[in-house]
Amino acid sequence: MNNSFALRRRNDLIMAAVLTAAAACMPFLVKDVYVQNIMVLTLMYAALSQSWNILSGYCGQISLGHALYFGLGAYTTALLFTKFGVVPWVGMIAGGLISAMIALALGYPTFRLGGHYFVIATIVIAEIGLLLFHNWDWAGAALGIDIPVRGDSWLKFQFTRSKLPYFYFALAFCVVAWLITWWLEDSKWGYWWRAVKDNPEAAQSLGVVVFNSKMGAAAVSAFLTAIGGAFYAMFVSYIDPDSVMSFQFSLLMALPAVLGGIGTLWGPVLGAAILIPLTEVTRSFIGGSGRGVDLILYGALIVAISLARPEGLVGLFSRRKKETAR
Amino acid sequence: MSVPLLETRGVWQRFGGLIANSDISMSVVPGEIVGLIGPNGAGKSTLFNLIAGVLPPTQGTIWFNGEDVTRMPAAERCQRGIARTFQVVKSFETMTVIDNVIVGALIRTTVMREARRKAHEVLDFCGIAHRADKLARDLIPSEKRRLEVARALATEPKLLLLDECLTGLTPIEAQTGVELVRKVRATGVTVLMVEHVMEIVMPLVDRAIVLDLGKVLVEGKPTDIVRDPRVIKAYLGDRHAVG
Amino acid sequence: MTTQTIVQSLASGLLMGLLYGLIAVGLALIFGLMDVTNFAHGEFLMLAMYVTFFLFAFFAIDPLLAMPLVAAALFAFGAVIYLLVVRFAMRAKTNVGMVQIFATFGLAILLRGLAQFFFTPDYRSIPTSWLGGKTVSVFGVFLPVPQLVGALVAVAAFGALYFFIKKTDFGRALEATREDAGAVALVGIDKNRVFALGWGLGSALVGLAGAIMASFFYIYPDVGASFALIAYVTVALGGFGSVFGAFAGGIIVGLVEASTALILPPSLKSVGIYAVYLLVVFIRPRGLFGSI
Repeated sequence: MNNSFALRRRNDLIMAAVLTAAAACMPFLVKDVYVQNIMVLTLMYAALSQSWNILSGYCGQISLGHALYFGLGAYTTALLFTKFGVVPWVGMIAGGLISAMIALALGYPTFRLGGHYFVIATIVIAEIGLLLFHNWDWAGAALGIDIPVRGDSWLKFQFTRSKLPYFYFALAFCVVAWLITWWLEDSKWGYWWRAVKDNPEAAQSLGVVVFNSKMGAAAVSAFLTAIGGAFYAMFVSYIDPDSVMSFQFSLLMALPAVLGGIGTLWGPVLGAAILIPLTEVTRSFIGGSGRGVDLILYGALIVAISLARPEGLVGLFSRRKKETAR
Repeated sequence: MSVPLLETRGVWQRFGGLIANSDISMSVVPGEIVGLIGPNGAGKSTLFNLIAGVLPPTQGTIWFNGEDVTRMPAAERCQRGIARTFQVVKSFETMTVIDNVIVGALIRTTVMREARRKAHEVLDFCGIAHRADKLARDLIPSEKRRLEVARALATEPKLLLLDECLTGLTPIEAQTGVELVRKVRATGVTVLMVEHVMEIVMPLVDRAIVLDLGKVLVEGKPTDIVRDPRVIKAYLGDRHAVG
Repeated sequence: MTTQTIVQSLASGLLMGLLYGLIAVGLALIFGLMDVTNFAHGEFLMLAMYVTFFLFAFFAIDPLLAMPLVAAALFAFGAVIYLLVVRFAMRAKTNVGMVQIFATFGLAILLRGLAQFFFTPDYRSIPTSWLGGKTVSVFGVFLPVPQLVGALVAVAAFGALYFFIKKTDFGRALEATREDAGAVALVGIDKNRVFALGWGLGSALVGLAGAIMASFFYIYPDVGASFALIAYVTVALGGFGSVFGAFAGGIIVGLVEASTALILPPSLKSVGIYAVYLLVVFIRPRGLFGSI
């Protein structure tokens, strides 16, 4: 009786392995630096959206302030590296831990809020973070931080000759985020989160400690998001408050999951694979003139998906078949 | 009489000026099926929620298994062995039936394989195993009621609280529901059920507690209760008002 | 810092606050009616400002006279958006509540893109209008005339809205629908019609605000974004769905913003508003006047 379930879980793993192998070969097929750049961003947003999905998709606490954690990861890494010469790997973990702790501290008061009050609180908190970084002179204020090149090594996480190492790190990040989600999905936490999302009162009556569930989801989600921020800082080697902590990032982390399927294992990956290349390409080919075609496409896509397929595009692949079979 | 599993001592609940429960002392002993009945607005649901841990009483204490649980949150009470269903069903709509039940099973084990096995067992017990892989929102109302019971049973409760779980069902569905409650009791679970309609519960319960206007009006064997003039008056008065 | 400067900034804060209230009240009305937050509200404001601008640029209609026209245009726009977008977003069965948020967010991005495409990203302004650039002195306090008129319009609009909800048939239908949409259907009120009119009314109110804002603020595709967050904070502060709450919330936001600007550097003036919002909802999770 458990076979179909175990089978599905295994198939997910096999699928992931195949996709990872295919992605790993991509740089050998595509040498164009511009395209490689898009691939790095796609992988990064897939991972970020996967992280967002843990708190907002599975646990149902819609955060539109994840830019805060992204920015904290980026700033922690950049500051430790430029001011104290700490290697980015340490900065990455430090940024993750700081973000997780801040997420817990913020979760304490905010998780009592319902629906829209919560969403707005997340926006407002990230916005306060942004304004504070704008005015924090030691951290470069509005000018930001230029990360100087100190070598070409994995230790310093700086690569001047080829972008490929960044690609493989982004791929690893994406795979790890996916695996964590895969593992959590069939764990006590995964079930608790979905229960909290669907009906907190019923969850409580079944022994689910709702508050702790939300806190757990927030910590994991913030930690992973900050790793993404740390990576991004090293990847672009220049950060300022607007380029890592603005509201736009919060939205960019949510949208792949929205497009692919909120609260699903494959949604963020699928969504990012469609959305990021689409935006990057339209931005450079049509939107370069600033005429907003990229925004039009983007917005129309989100509206269309929300209305036509609220469960996301992954539904096209799996649920559809089941429903027609019924 | 054995030591009570559940006991309320002088419980009061006020909402502003409204007194929903006044000085209610009652108890349930292990292995019983107790019916909590009364006309609309008698305070049954309030008392039920106080026992389930939705909110603490204004005054008085609630004891479970020899422990004061008056201010214990619902989740912890579930850990101690109190499980409940909801009058208006609260399934996890976007989860499958089996996943709904797994949530309950996870309070006793964190091994997923074990939780899944347990969930299947309970679904089978409740007669909805064939619906295991459907989404909860696709169930028909009577199946949703069963799912509520299954989910609660998966937490391996000592005391099962049923909130009007037989109301609104067709006579046949209600009858299978009655069978299920009997089966539950046969596994050693004590049952406290709130019902509005006396006819359904009277043949099922060992003992009935009748609430009226927030107070315990009378309690005893169902055969005595149905003949008690005070109960008849309370119910007739109510019907009169409704009709 | 003299008493003079304090009074001066509080006075302008109050005027701005009333305008914030007017911007936000449409949001509160719609939320109260159907539990939906329009995350494209800022873009509605942006559109209203552009409509005002084009009426001025092409037909030389002063923003003051344009007000009813802009309100009417936005009324139609809001009702259409409800019928074309929101109505469908509310039918979702999975991710209930989220679908509505992202559908309106997508709409916001779409509208911003369309504005960039058709109106270009350039900053526009209405250089000469009856009110623009004038100030009056009241007891030694200088008040910019556009904001003053805006505040008066806001007060009038709130008064009219109050009267409308309490005294007219449609207002009562609105109230009834927000209490219990199911029961209303039984009485024969068409829910969709009421909702569409609610969206129209809410959008018309932000249309009024946009017409006033256009006379003293730059008009560009992203202008809505900066006011949208303030509008959400205003509404949430007052308690979602409470029209009176939006009025009071607006005043509070205006005053807090002005006082923050007195103490902190100008770039941090929004921090005060945000901090007050968090403080309020942490203490009262449903805002100041929200029902619990």
